Amino acid sequence: MQIYLPIAEVSVNAFLLLGLGGLVGVLSGMFGVGGGFILTPLLFFIGIPPAVAVATQANQIVAASFSGVLAHLRRRTVDLRMGTVLLIGGLIGSALGVELFALLRRIGQVDLFVQLSYVLFLGVIGALMLVESFLTMRRARKGGARPKRRKHNWIHALPFKMKFRTSGLYISVIPPLLVGLLVGVLAAIMGVGGGFVMLPAMIYLLGMPTKVVVGTSLFQIIFVTAFTTMLHAVTNYSVDMLLALLLLIGGVVGAQIGTRIGLLLKAEQLRFLLAGMVLLVCGKLALDLLLRPDELYSLSYEAAQ
Amino acid sequence: MIRLALVLLAFLSAPFAALGEEVVAGLSQNRISINANFDGSEILVFGAVKRTEPVGDVPPLEVIITVSGPRRPVMVRRKEKLALIWVNRDAVEVDAAPSFYAVATSGKLRNILTDTEDLRHRISPERAVRSVGAPVTITDASKFTDALIRIKTEEGFYTLLEDRVQVREETLFDASIALPANLVEGNYTTRIFLTRGGRVINRYETVIYVQKVGLERFLYNLAHEQPLAYGALSLVIAIAAGWGASALFRYIRS
Repeated sequence: MQIYLPIAEVSVNAFLLLGLGGLVGVLSGMFGVGGGFILTPLLFFIGIPPAVAVATQANQIVAASFSGVLAHLRRRTVDLRMGTVLLIGGLIGSALGVELFALLRRIGQVDLFVQLSYVLFLGVIGALMLVESFLTMRRARKGGARPKRRKHNWIHALPFKMKFRTSGLYISVIPPLLVGLLVGVLAAIMGVGGGFVMLPAMIYLLGMPTKVVVGTSLFQIIFVTAFTTMLHAVTNYSVDMLLALLLLIGGVVGAQIGTRIGLLLKAEQLRFLLAGMVLLVCGKLALDLLLRPDELYSLSYEAAQ
Repeated sequence: MIRLALVLLAFLSAPFAALGEEVVAGLSQNRISINANFDGSEILVFGAVKRTEPVGDVPPLEVIITVSGPRRPVMVRRKEKLALIWVNRDAVEVDAAPSFYAVATSGKLRNILTDTEDLRHRISPERAVRSVGAPVTITDASKFTDALIRIKTEEGFYTLLEDRVQVREETLFDASIALPANLVEGNYTTRIFLTRGGRVINRYETVIYVQKVGLERFLYNLAHEQPLAYGALSLVIAIAAGWGASALFRYIRS
């Protein structure tokens, strides 16, 4: 069934969009990532104009994350206090990110910068997670003693300490604020929710338990992507409601399924899978940069300035 | 005397104009509505040639039909290998490229139309795309225009339909032109040219109005006129869908 999208001005198969939304929804529910880093390239691939794809997927992530967060809230696996601290950092960060994006656009080469930061972040984070989760899994199989997670390091020496009961942490608010800030900047520049950066940061930097991490990440992604959606709707008129609707119908159903799959797997297995996926996307993007493209020329329709 | 000279000049520059041939044409539809399940459309262009004199010993009548979508500027970028990676380097802005362009002819285009006439009436895709003023650092600007046409042709937006106009008895003609599903809103200029011996002897121009209707129209207008309300509505729908799915799954499980 073909459907014509009013803002994107292209005609696409409705079931294809439902399927894409569903696929990303499953990932979102399983890992607590928005899935933007996979959905955006997929939307480009089926011919949605980049500006519309970036803006619209932000809207669809709001729906999928909200659906996921409700499931996590019932299981009490959302640290609302930590989420709020991260969010404050996130909103400041995305405001900064928008400024940085404008600056990069003036210089030119925004595309390259976005691509390179994707490759860099996905590569580093994916590799770290892969190694860590692999070691954890091997240790678990050998039945050896788990190393003590909560080491005392410089993070515990910082002032403004706060109790995060759900996460079982008593740490300074500065590291979560900074993590939120960094994710906010990335979200604005790369057009993603930032879950794939947020998750490892929460686990390895802040030392939060993995089960809490997913719900909390989803919680703050809702607000960051809602903010992004409004920003795009007002400045670029590039949110396609019909496209978002189809993606999110698939997405919310997928998120529910994903959350249930996530419960069946061990935390380190989840991390291992997520790491593999992140590296796969990273590899694809890196190849695009390294190999000679079939078509050297590309077209873009920018609003006449 | 001057008038006579002018008539003579006109006669010499268009030797077949004496036949007084004129296009009378129609379209199967001059208004295309894009609704939610719009899946492309086909328009039938048909017509007849009206003439005051009988056809004598002249080259055969040929017909060329063009349909052109709204023109807009397009940025064409070229990748280049820099150190290890491929990056966009040179860019040329093509000032006006039609979003859609179809040419249907009754014979091979280069046999029935001279280059000068093509240049004057901008008929072939190469001429229909207008590019002025590439940056001085770029010496091969024409490659960028060629790339634009190549990419648009591959995507099915530019088509050259040779031998697809049927001409009967040098009088009646018809052709059908398919419009793709990914149609951009706007006025589509349809032109019909009559040629003899490569020269254009008469032309006719009309417009097909392509417009979004219903839900498509409503959403598009809302997005542009009330962006804040549109954004908020998008979020409300997203939240409602998220909540709905969560509630539904809980209901199914219990």
